[in-house]
Amino acid sequence: MRLRRGRLLLMGARVGVITFPGSLDDRDALRAVRLAGAEPVSLWHADADLHGVDAVILPGGFSYGDYLRAGAISRFARVMEPLIDAAKGGLPVLGICNGFQILCESHLLPGAMIKNDHRTFICRDQVLAVENTSTAWTSAFTAGQRITIPLKNQDGQYVADERTLDGLEAEGRVVFRYQDWNPNGSRRDIAGVTNAAGNVVGLMPHPEHASELGFGPDTAKGPRAGVDGLGFFTSVLHTLVA
Amino acid sequence: MGTVVVDVMPKPEILDPQGKAVASALPRLGFSEFTGVRQGKRFELTVDGDVTAEVLEAAHRAAMTLLSNPIIEDVVAVTAETGCACGEGGCC
Repeated sequence: MRLRRGRLLLMGARVGVITFPGSLDDRDALRAVRLAGAEPVSLWHADADLHGVDAVILPGGFSYGDYLRAGAISRFARVMEPLIDAAKGGLPVLGICNGFQILCESHLLPGAMIKNDHRTFICRDQVLAVENTSTAWTSAFTAGQRITIPLKNQDGQYVADERTLDGLEAEGRVVFRYQDWNPNGSRRDIAGVTNAAGNVVGLMPHPEHASELGFGPDTAKGPRAGVDGLGFFTSVLHTLVA
Repeated sequence: MGTVVVDVMPKPEILDPQGKAVASALPRLGFSEFTGVRQGKRFELTVDGDVTAEVLEAAHRAAMTLLSNPIIEDVVAVTAETGCACGEGGCC
């Protein structure tokens, strides 16, 4: 571990972003990684390995046109085999929107996503509460912190059976909860969850779209000044060098 | 040429937004007798030869792994359909 830590400090952490056919937000995710101070690495869905990266992001989009079910076909992409192994071994993995759907289809995270209860696409700045700050991707936040990041999806309604939901609540694995308004009918206002180990996190809203001054949500400080999403990417850096 | 038909439905306890949308459109067309709609998926898997027990077994596995998500959907039927070579219904 000392050697690994030394390498990370010397060369910077390498965070991979997988592009699937139909991914949309891979470039923004790569950019957010760079803004946080890590080295972004483009990964391809057909890759046979993870190119030795220290963490992986599954970006948003409509991989395979959401055909069959959102994320269902990407879940069987070649790169997913080494990714699932690595995730089970502790590699930090973040799934955003379509990436969250892929992680659920892979059963790395519990539950599934179905169409929004109002049946329409939604795009808005969404307030979330960060309820678990001990995951690989949320250590930069304070417990209960309210953050505002964009939400944009059609299949964003998080569902799971009551036993699974009770288990998630009891174990503190609900990482993000929608505040003020439930935008899609998700059970118990859940916006994001983690696995038991805390290295795999998935959420529907988009932190990568709120990581750079001038391009985020409007805030009291000014238009498009919201950078609440940057904490996801700085969190994983702290996790990697800790 | 044989065909295996796989029918997948959303689980009863899962809200079906698409079915609800269809249900709300029916009365506007004068169909007032239907009190609910649930929308599922039908897959037709074709094979070169006959639908053997092995083919059916493979279709079952495909249905459980890729064609459905057990968290939100049930595979309600996997059935062999003896196909008609001309591809048009009713001739044979």
